[in-house]
Amino acid sequence: MKSRYDVVVVGAGPAGSITAQTCAEGGMDVLLIEKRQEIGDPVRCAEGVGKDALIKHIQPDTRWIAAEVKGSRIIAPDGTRILMSGDAAMKDVGYTLERKVFDRVLAQRAAMAGAEVMVKTRATGLLRNNGRVAGIKAMYMGDVHEIKADIVIGADGVESKIGRWGGIDTTLKPHEIEACVQFLISNFDPGEYSEFYLGEKYSPGGYAWIFPKGGRSANVGIGVLGSKSGNIRAISLLSKFIETYIPQGRIVEIVVGGVPVTGPIKQTVTDGLMLVGDAARQSDPLTGGGITNAMDAGKMAGEVCIKAREKGDFSVRSLKEYEDKWRSTIGKEMSKSLQVKNLLLKLTDEQLNQLAHSLDGVDVSKMELGKLLTVLIKKNPRLLWGLRTLFK
Amino acid sequence: MSVNVNRYKCGYCGACVGVCPVGALELVETWLEIENTCTSCGICAKICPVGALLVVK
Repeated sequence: MKSRYDVVVVGAGPAGSITAQTCAEGGMDVLLIEKRQEIGDPVRCAEGVGKDALIKHIQPDTRWIAAEVKGSRIIAPDGTRILMSGDAAMKDVGYTLERKVFDRVLAQRAAMAGAEVMVKTRATGLLRNNGRVAGIKAMYMGDVHEIKADIVIGADGVESKIGRWGGIDTTLKPHEIEACVQFLISNFDPGEYSEFYLGEKYSPGGYAWIFPKGGRSANVGIGVLGSKSGNIRAISLLSKFIETYIPQGRIVEIVVGGVPVTGPIKQTVTDGLMLVGDAARQSDPLTGGGITNAMDAGKMAGEVCIKAREKGDFSVRSLKEYEDKWRSTIGKEMSKSLQVKNLLLKLTDEQLNQLAHSLDGVDVSKMELGKLLTVLIKKNPRLLWGLRTLFK
Repeated sequence: MSVNVNRYKCGYCGACVGVCPVGALELVETWLEIENTCTSCGICAKICPVGALLVVK
């Protein structure tokens, strides 16, 4: 470790590693730190990812693809099933990842591009110069080091401190987080589709999922909206769900996690600092999916870092380009998702059943989510009035 | 004022850290550190996916 870098990236998840890789490939001097001693473990994720969004960044590799899925199945509270396989070009088909391997591979790619990587190294504060962010304080093996940098990247996930230290309030309110528990269930054939169980029956303000994980196993989990958690907990709902629907299933792993469902936040950059991934609350507020948004954001942030160095300007004026970019791309989708989520939250289980039944006789199997919602809005104008301008 | 962590239940997911309004929590590998700035507001205990936190008034 040196005492100065062009860029210090805090957190070696997908957002941080892609940012570090992009910066290093652009010739910047980069340090990527991870507070855990093992990158990618323990997992806090359902590991589902869309094929198209993923292959923009990395070619699929059997080392970290646990299963390929043909599409999604949405299950209404009364058991009505809606099958979605994406369009004819198989656009929406996806994978279930092995994050323990995937995250490490992404960090290794950053390392091979020239970034320095330090594990078991935890950021404990920011350095400032004339009030501006100028690096971090980091603890490694009990000793605190001061590491100067032109730009600090906060890729420190749901528990992000970098933003707060830099004056960006990223505190999640209870209604902005899904409290999730997942079991890796063995002795069970989940089929070839990812399943989403909607309604209060399964989870208040969230959903239950079954994502095939390969070899007769699946990630089975439940997220509960934080504001509805307390007397009801994700862990007890999940145990009940598995007893009811997968009684033969055997739990071989427990995964716990909080997923930001805030939607686009107002500020993600300040002088000498950018936030990416879950730290910037860039997970999709409807699905909770955050991997590819994080990778997209990491790429954009890295590119803006390179430009900032060319200009020699690390102020918010220069870094704002990153914020404009993510907001006009992944941010747009997040805004739509937030509106759909807010409307779904208001619907009763009976109304959700009604929506599912309105698709009787309609072949939605080849539709993308946007098209499916358009059909739903047409058939249920009263229930879905608030969404009419979203999907055209 | 503080929160008690049931270490036998905690899944060290860090969700509590993200919701703490005063930044009093920090997750280090598998254990949670609680600073004395904790106000016992109870938000962390409410959202904990496994119910590992108990508010101490």
